[in-house]
Amino acid sequence: MSSVRVLVGTHKGAFVLNADGKRKDWQVSGPFFAGWEIYHMKGSPADPNRIYVSQTSGWFGQLIQRSDDGGKTWHQPGLADEGVPPPGPPTALPNRFAYDTSAETGKPLTTHQWYDGTQHPWEFKRVWHLEPSLTDPNTVYAGVEDAALFRSTDGGENWSELAGLRGHGTGPKWQPGAGGMGLHTILLDPSNPHRMYIAISAAGAFRTDDGGKNWKPINKGLVSNFMPDPSAEVGHCVHHVAMHRSRPEVLFMQKHWDVMRSDDAGESWQEVSGNLPTDFGFAIDVHAHEPETLYVVPIKSDSEHFPLEGKLRVYRSRSGGNEWEPLANGLPDRNCYVNVLRDAMAVDSLDACGVYFGTTGGQVYGSADAGDTWTPIVQNLPAVLSVEVQTLQ
Amino acid sequence: MQVTLPYHLRNLARVEGDVRLEIAAPVTLRAVLDALEARYPTLRGAIREHDTGKRRPFLRFFACQEDWSLESMDAELPEAVAAGREPLLILGAIAGG
Repeated sequence: MSSVRVLVGTHKGAFVLNADGKRKDWQVSGPFFAGWEIYHMKGSPADPNRIYVSQTSGWFGQLIQRSDDGGKTWHQPGLADEGVPPPGPPTALPNRFAYDTSAETGKPLTTHQWYDGTQHPWEFKRVWHLEPSLTDPNTVYAGVEDAALFRSTDGGENWSELAGLRGHGTGPKWQPGAGGMGLHTILLDPSNPHRMYIAISAAGAFRTDDGGKNWKPINKGLVSNFMPDPSAEVGHCVHHVAMHRSRPEVLFMQKHWDVMRSDDAGESWQEVSGNLPTDFGFAIDVHAHEPETLYVVPIKSDSEHFPLEGKLRVYRSRSGGNEWEPLANGLPDRNCYVNVLRDAMAVDSLDACGVYFGTTGGQVYGSADAGDTWTPIVQNLPAVLSVEVQTLQ
Repeated sequence: MQVTLPYHLRNLARVEGDVRLEIAAPVTLRAVLDALEARYPTLRGAIREHDTGKRRPFLRFFACQEDWSLESMDAELPEAVAAGREPLLILGAIAGG
């Protein structure tokens, strides 16, 4: 029988939520890595027992953790937990994220724009997002702050930068969003192994068609009124991008303000905010079986990161945007002032599609009927930073 | 000699209590950290940065009730630490919750 595993990264540890295909009775395990920030955790589509975790701390820096048994046990890739290690230099440095400055593959580090408009050197801070390969459990991509894309082909033991992105040439115009200059979205094209999309706050979206060597900004049609040139090539605060795997050229974006859609692999964007009560927000996702059914969580404004009127609502469009309906059944009707962060929404692929999201108030809500009704799976976790779902057969 | 680690680093190293290391003279901060990371590879990068070897900003080193955080990594630690009568303390700076 099918089952579902929900991976929840929080401000103070990781949690794994398991249920059978009915999605009514949940077993909660964790906290794993208690006390650490878990920006993201995600399972390999090629091997669901393989799960990668970004574990960070202001004191101790970045760690990468991995499970090979579906989240029961964890280890830092390539490092022995027990016993005396063999002499000699280490073969695995799973938490080393060094920007590539080599003449052959990298480029000299430039600077990016700082909050005050001055130029600022690139400095690694943390991994925001881990995206396992669709086909190889040992290949995984990492989106980091300050914005860059890294790849490991040995299960997370060692990482190297895909420096063509940071070296694209527009780097000096990139700037940090309020949460830092993070590369937070990585979308792998299921139909084309050489194509992927990434997004950065606040630089915008980029696409590669050659496996990560060369990148182009794909921000035409985005309008950001906080910028001196609202339609500039880069500088947009893209919050998240989603796609349906059956139509990888169609992208949906929650920008700082505006919900956007592209039908040509990001070459151009059109606004599809339509009748949303506010088009500010962070999370966006697509129904597992209906490529035109979208979900967003409208947030009041860039200054007030909570739902309108204290009512937590998911909005669903069944027409690819523009026409939206509020989904309220089971969600708080009053006094709710939480946020839903960009990586904190996910869908399962059961029939009917399950939708899940986590809040900064520590709730994880689930819907087993594509959003018609919602139930809190857990209610008192630390602030939720990320939610991912694995559908298990 | 002995090294006292903060809670999260003890968890990473999977040790309880102080760590004991055998280090040949001269016993410096660099020698201690090299030995510590060689014995417990899960601590690599968590105390000092990989490529620069710089102490992470929110960690501090204390020996015999003196702050060694800003001392040279190649300065010899006090004889009481080298002889194992006093531990080298690695502490997280108090910042945030």
